[in-house]
Amino acid sequence: METLLTIILGFMIIGAIYALHAKDLLSAVIAQGIVGYGLVICFLHLSAPDLAIVQIVVETITLIIMVAVVLDSSREEIKSPPSWRSTINVVVGLVFIGFMLYFFDMATASLEPFGEHTLRMSQTYTQQGAAQTGAANLVTGVLWDFRAYDTLGEATILFTAALGVLTVLRMKGKK
Amino acid sequence: MIIYFMCFILFLVGLYGMVTRRNLIKIVISFTIMEFSIFLFFALIGYIDQGYAPILSQNVPEQATFVDPLPQAMVLTAIVIGLATSAMLLAIAIRLYKKYGTFNIRKINNLRG
Repeated sequence: METLLTIILGFMIIGAIYALHAKDLLSAVIAQGIVGYGLVICFLHLSAPDLAIVQIVVETITLIIMVAVVLDSSREEIKSPPSWRSTINVVVGLVFIGFMLYFFDMATASLEPFGEHTLRMSQTYTQQGAAQTGAANLVTGVLWDFRAYDTLGEATILFTAALGVLTVLRMKGKK
Repeated sequence: MIIYFMCFILFLVGLYGMVTRRNLIKIVISFTIMEFSIFLFFALIGYIDQGYAPILSQNVPEQATFVDPLPQAMVLTAIVIGLATSAMLLAIAIRLYKKYGTFNIRKINNLRG
């Protein structure tokens, strides 16, 4: 299981790196789709079907919006002559990445190895979820019953973001 | 354990893109890549070997071990919020392109303080 997921993740990383370096913006957006749909396959193998369904829908919507934005523009990646500034950016980025990897190693030392997770709080959810919420799907049971306020906050954020998009994209407005 | 590191490398690729790219669309792409890696990390933490998907049905035996449903519920919330934020970012990118005619963040310099 772990090797399969590692291979899929390797492809996702390659797709992500290609997306960042593509000359054409349209191919960058399509390469971002590799990462999104690879994530769907990972979710399916991690036995999270709800996440896979939601991720397919969300990835498709994001891809459609991005393609619409990119096709409306000149599509060209910005070419800039190599300057000292971009070199400094790359060097600082790489040093920062090294630091982050070191601290990630420190942080995950206390984590359980992959596949040997022990249920703590969710012990109650898995054992009594069906009796307390009446939901056959435990994820929706957690989402709509045990943690319903989270879902309320999510709906608020979604509504606010929709309002924000409408406000920004409105044609009328101050120049 | 290697898989956690691969997941974090995906996050770092997104971070690298966000720091070094100048194109607004590519910055949005790097943002979504970072989001995806965090979703995957949560799903990886909650996974149990030979665990069933947390859905009760007749096919699942009585004493089956389920995958942790709590990280999955949280990621489900976060995915939808990620869609909302990236839609907002893209709307701002469209607006900036209409006004300045470019996605280059160096050319969009009216905000220089």
